[in-house]
Amino acid sequence: MRKTYQMEDLDCAVCAAKMEDAIRKIDGVESVSINYIMQQMTIEADESRLAGIMKQASKACRKIERNCRIIM
Amino acid sequence: MTGKQRKNLIRIIVAVVLTVLAAIFAPDGWLGLLLYLLPYVVVGADIVFDAVTGIFRGRFLDEKFLMAVATIGAFAIGEYLEAVAVMLFFQVGELFESIAVGKSRRNIMALMNIRPDKASVLRQGEEFEVSPEEVKVGEKIVVRPGERIPLDGMVAEGTSSVDTSALTGESLPADISVGDKVISGTVNLSGVITVEVQSEYSESTVARVLELVQNASSKKARTENFITRFARVYTPCVVAGATLLAVVPPLVFSQDFGEWLHRGLVFLAVSCPCALVISVPLSFFGGIGRASKEGILIKGSGFMESLARTKQVVFDKTGTLTEGRFSVSQIHPVGIAEDELLRLAAFAESSSLHPIARSVVAAYDGEIDTTLITQMQEHSGRGVEALVKGQRIYAGNRDFIEKVAEMPRISATGTVVHVAKENEYLGYITLADSIKPHAKEAVAQLRALGVRKTVMLTGDREDTARRVGEELQIDEVYAQLLPEDKVAAVERMIPECSPLVFVGDGINDAPVLTRSDVGVAMGALGSDVAIEAADVVLMDDKLSKLPRAIDISRRTMAIVRQNIVFALGIKGLVLILGAFGIVGMWAAIFADVGVMILAILNAMRTLAQKSK
Repeated sequence: MRKTYQMEDLDCAVCAAKMEDAIRKIDGVESVSINYIMQQMTIEADESRLAGIMKQASKACRKIERNCRIIM
Repeated sequence: MTGKQRKNLIRIIVAVVLTVLAAIFAPDGWLGLLLYLLPYVVVGADIVFDAVTGIFRGRFLDEKFLMAVATIGAFAIGEYLEAVAVMLFFQVGELFESIAVGKSRRNIMALMNIRPDKASVLRQGEEFEVSPEEVKVGEKIVVRPGERIPLDGMVAEGTSSVDTSALTGESLPADISVGDKVISGTVNLSGVITVEVQSEYSESTVARVLELVQNASSKKARTENFITRFARVYTPCVVAGATLLAVVPPLVFSQDFGEWLHRGLVFLAVSCPCALVISVPLSFFGGIGRASKEGILIKGSGFMESLARTKQVVFDKTGTLTEGRFSVSQIHPVGIAEDELLRLAAFAESSSLHPIARSVVAAYDGEIDTTLITQMQEHSGRGVEALVKGQRIYAGNRDFIEKVAEMPRISATGTVVHVAKENEYLGYITLADSIKPHAKEAVAQLRALGVRKTVMLTGDREDTARRVGEELQIDEVYAQLLPEDKVAAVERMIPECSPLVFVGDGINDAPVLTRSDVGVAMGALGSDVAIEAADVVLMDDKLSKLPRAIDISRRTMAIVRQNIVFALGIKGLVLILGAFGIVGMWAAIFADVGVMILAILNAMRTLAQKSK
């Protein structure tokens, strides 16, 4: 399933690329693309596991940029 | 400016004042260090904090860490002012980036400001204001002049005109009346209309278009991927260079440690590929935004890249190069004037619903006084007869007319309507699927843009296809093709000359759209299949949008290339000159922050590009 989330305080484009890398490694994620300019993350993942995946993704993002949040 | 941006601006101003004061008053020694540390802490404390916490999370090479090392290093070798300046300008750059990106985002949102926020729905005769999502299929909504039509539907009551410019870029309003389809996102201009809703908001044109524009990332450009990969190796390389510079000359050649450490720090200051990583996607984003403003939706920067390099354009005929409707192409009168022949035919056929009859009537400019027409009789599949001002007029095919009048030998191709008055043959009218206005111009423009080959594919008959092909000066014409033949033809043509752009109307040609390098669907307003299958969607059916799309893509690519060359050039230059000690920290600051600001400003030009 494909879903788009709004992100907040994503302030660096290099970080966005790093977040993509980190999230792609999460089990169950088929594809992820972060649009830095729109501050949006489009993720394609197994729907039944989406909640868990998003929790991990959000953690991965905070690890890369302290203030960055995914609005869910 | 957001609160966060304002806060950062204040920090920067305070730090500038403190730095100037320190530069004027600071004594040598530890007191001077303290005075410079003050602005450094104001402007850079959070960076140093993030850098330190970053280390514990295993991130050594992020930009904050590198900035922290560069500035602390500069303090260590006594270059206090440079240390503060590097941090200060780093923050200036960050602030500028944040403002510029926010502005671009808002500009694009404004371009696509088509989201309707409310709908006035009629329930039990009363009007309720609800959000468009709450309206169900089959319900009726009221749209007043000046309001945006919130949902797709059919006009149930009233007449008006609509402004479709937000979706199609077309500035002429379109007239609508009962029975016409209206499309969400367009603006009702003149009259109050009641619309019967035909699809839910989430499936409506406006929702689809917004989704498409905002998620135009289905295929990233190779340039964009290259920059991401480049950024991944650039920073480690520059950091390695910095380390070598600081360590090897002093240790191996017993050079002055302070001097070489300084050169190493210069390297660190230019170690961020920010200028590229931000300006390249920003350029594509602006280009895609600009195109959507003109009714051209491009589904990803990758398609923009291919469009810019277009070598071959393959057109579907019906509905793309031609209107897909019959219209009068030639009038051949015998013994009377041309318009008299057309007038009589139009009068005779005025009440017929046959498409050919409708086309003849449409070609006649004058008024049709229906009181003059009596005894109209339709002979299905053959023609019509009617009394016009008391004279019997026949209009129809050869078999039909031959029965009443003597006909000369005629060799006409295409669809022909013969006309006779009583027993006298008056001539014939030929009808053809007319070529779209501007089609010829668009094909010529494509050639002027450097497209090597134009091809037309059609399921139509050979002679008709040839005629259209010749008129439009299309290089190759393939006629009498089945849909699967079209796919095969495109597959054969791609290796010969690519990128290949296929243009169709989205009806029956979805497989070809998918198979070609760039599939362009035109006249797609309201056609779901086309929007799904195509890579580029032209919202209205004007062929002139295609050269425009290529033009926008080219200009965008040019700006992307300028930024890459400029950013890499300046950084490379500063790295080389810095290694030899010719330039110092100030040049590095320019190569980092200055280049980024200039690249962003250049990238923002993509959004503003005007049509020629």
